[in-house]
Amino acid sequence: MAQGGGGVILASALTDFTDGVRFIFQARESSAGTVQVGGLNEVGHMAGNHLLVSSLAVAIAIAVALPIALVLGHKGRGEFIAVSTSNIGRAVPSLAIIAFFVAFLGTGFTNLCFALILLAVPPILTNTYVAVRQVDRDLVDAARGQGLSEGQIIRTIELPLALPTIFGGIRLSSVNVLATAIIGPLAGYETLGTPILSLNVYGFTGAIGAAIVVALMTLVADAGFAGVQRLSTPKGLKVVKGDRRRMRFRPPSQRSAQSP
Amino acid sequence: MGESSGRSSAETIEFRDVTKQYPGGSEPAVDGLSLEVPAGEICVLVGPSGCGKTTAMRMVNRMIDMTSGDILLGGRSVRDRKPEELRREIGYVIQQIGLFPHRTIADNISTVPSLLGWSKARMSERADELLELVGLPREMRDRYPSQLSGGQRQRVGVARALAVDPPVMLMDEPFGAIDPINRERLQNEFLRLQAELRKTIVFVTHDIDEAIKMGDRIAVMQVGGKLAQFAPPAELLMAPASPFVEDFVGADRALKRLALQRVRDIDLWTVATCRTGEPTAGVRERTAEADLDIALLVDEHQRPVGWLSERGLTGERIRSELRSPADPVVDLDDILRDALSDLLASESMYGPVVGAQGEVVGVLSMQVISQAVGSAPSEVPGATELAASEHVNGAGDATGPDEE
Amino acid sequence: MSAALVIAQSGGFVRERGGDASCVANDGFCPTWIADNLDRYWTPLLEHLYLVVVSVGIGFAIAFSLGLLAHRQRWLIAPLTGVTSALYTIPSIAMFFLLQPLLGRGNAPAIVGLAIYTQVIIFRNVITGLANVPGEMVDAASGMGMTKNQRLFRVEVPLAVPEILAGLRIAVATTVGLAAFAAFAGAGGLGQKLIVASLITFKSNVVVAGGMVTLLAAALDLAVLGFQRLLTPWRRAVAA
Repeated sequence: MAQGGGGVILASALTDFTDGVRFIFQARESSAGTVQVGGLNEVGHMAGNHLLVSSLAVAIAIAVALPIALVLGHKGRGEFIAVSTSNIGRAVPSLAIIAFFVAFLGTGFTNLCFALILLAVPPILTNTYVAVRQVDRDLVDAARGQGLSEGQIIRTIELPLALPTIFGGIRLSSVNVLATAIIGPLAGYETLGTPILSLNVYGFTGAIGAAIVVALMTLVADAGFAGVQRLSTPKGLKVVKGDRRRMRFRPPSQRSAQSP
Repeated sequence: MGESSGRSSAETIEFRDVTKQYPGGSEPAVDGLSLEVPAGEICVLVGPSGCGKTTAMRMVNRMIDMTSGDILLGGRSVRDRKPEELRREIGYVIQQIGLFPHRTIADNISTVPSLLGWSKARMSERADELLELVGLPREMRDRYPSQLSGGQRQRVGVARALAVDPPVMLMDEPFGAIDPINRERLQNEFLRLQAELRKTIVFVTHDIDEAIKMGDRIAVMQVGGKLAQFAPPAELLMAPASPFVEDFVGADRALKRLALQRVRDIDLWTVATCRTGEPTAGVRERTAEADLDIALLVDEHQRPVGWLSERGLTGERIRSELRSPADPVVDLDDILRDALSDLLASESMYGPVVGAQGEVVGVLSMQVISQAVGSAPSEVPGATELAASEHVNGAGDATGPDEE
Repeated sequence: MSAALVIAQSGGFVRERGGDASCVANDGFCPTWIADNLDRYWTPLLEHLYLVVVSVGIGFAIAFSLGLLAHRQRWLIAPLTGVTSALYTIPSIAMFFLLQPLLGRGNAPAIVGLAIYTQVIIFRNVITGLANVPGEMVDAASGMGMTKNQRLFRVEVPLAVPEILAGLRIAVATTVGLAAFAAFAGAGGLGQKLIVASLITFKSNVVVAGGMVTLLAAALDLAVLGFQRLLTPWRRAVAA
């Protein structure tokens, strides 16, 4: 014992992790020994719920925020709203938002979903607005001069050029929502947070197992959206290696969405 | 530390077959450059973009390391020096000025002194001294660069480069970002400063007019990093060494030469002056001896009144009968180009030249000017002397120590 | 060992004291209860503040050093950005659990986890801040004989301060929010009062705890902003 403290900790940590992984695939008795917990069926069900509420929230957030931000950005109005939304969104901790929702509007799937939508809107709104504003105004003028309608300008010029940054916002929102959905059980909806919040039923290894699944889920979502973001970049805008030095002196588009 | 206390004297700069070859570049940026800048002179490196002039300059303080050859400062190779120590002994002025926005003007000026570990009191004293030297009020010392105008910032940039009184200065298009009117003023100020300080300066510009104005010697470089010609401005204008140089200095090079000389520098025509009431005979005699066959009527202070007509000479005594007024009156200190312009503007072939008190000393004519354009280049002074001579009276004082 | 047990206990005793009994029983918003029980929130608030200050402090020191290193060794930027942003993606609750097998329960996993989250924000801002220093400043600094280190600390870092501190502000606000989940690591904080089913439905509690977290984020943000103004007097100098 005395001679290998570090080794012992590492070994026990490894056991915790393998037990956590086993929890995902194999049902076992609960801590109290009364019910069967874990296994692909239950974890799969939780993961399904988790994904459902998260994607629904993000989808609704996109449906609400995207058109508003596109129009505001196109008209160049409402910069204050667009920017302060993300500032407030960052300043108010996500747990506080969920807590206020649950306490004042009650528990349940709908309320949880609403709280997550509220969390998902700011990055999408701000990124879209900023991305549209960054589209070269001369380009828009030229399009108008060629007789494109305002709607056509948004659809054929501003939206395609803004797409990478918009996906950046969606990516950020998705990761936030997936992370916050863990506390879904507090709002009375079963997600991958259930084993974490009901430690006395699922045990420590249950929590570890759920944590592994939810971490992988967000990493995959993040990587997926990163891929979409890259694919959506119009060919002409991709940075060639040699151009990078010149790019250094321009503010990266992501930054404007994050700092005031 | 503690080096370069007191006035350091200027040093010669010698390029010895200096070549810079960038890896992957097809031809060298600087190709076998050899030239020597005498101590206390301004050497302007001029040429089209991509000719390697900035590269050549930046090799002096090892901002760029040369591929082969050597550069000697005061006979000592820059290769033997630690780059940082070398740079602290070389004033450095760039086009964008590069003042540090987070430091006050005094702190900016004290950049190199603080690197050398000077005491606070000494740095502060030196900063005040330099502000005065470049003509900025002392209150500027606690301001930040953003609170200064472009011209003021440029002056601070020069003051900063002079902080430890370096024997050598490098200036990369120092006036390039300044509007034309202020540029002219800053150029003149700097030349006056240089007449006093006598630093050895490598000055880079793409503007041939600036090169002619600022340079004691001009190195014209051409694409490929080759030296096309190295000569004093007048020689460059008189005898371009190649079609490239001829093309680069421009078709108006004869006119440009005129900008290099003052009226006092050339041989003027003599003229017979006369006063009203003077006996006519003497005047006729003197007029015959003078270069100009017309007499000039002057007042009691020898100031020009007008050209005397034949009828004025008909009597026993001179009568105030003028054929034309004495237009234009040219000053001894005028630059030849401006004097020529005056002659052209008043449509006359000649005009009286006056000294400091307005007294007539001779006549400037078109013919005199065209002779001056054709004269040997050695008679034409360099930029520093031209600037210095503005302040001294008497043509003899204008000769500088750099006369060979 | 069970976090839920600890949490359940604290949930029980929050309601015990004072206030209008029926209001409390109905999960209502009860000013009198808040007045009577406010003292119970000081310890969590201080714990919360402690977690934020310590983890942002450690996180800043590491990210700033990594930023300076990567500024010199530019090939490090891509891998460091990749690793830090991947770590940032992992949900904080999961992170706090995944660190427990190695670090046990308590402040250790919470502080390590929170410090990890600050990396991507601060590192990115240090790198862009240094990269945005105008080229002529770097040229002038070298040309006057500054060594690489002198140039870095006398010119580049001071000029990058606004951007670096902008990153610090984001990091502070984010960490205050994430520290609310540190209760899952057993590190206390205001989140302790919010992550229990019996407390999250209690309006009075949510107003106090949620309000305190939000105000703490705002207060620390202002503090960093003030610090930034103090550090950059030259940005306020206007043309006279």
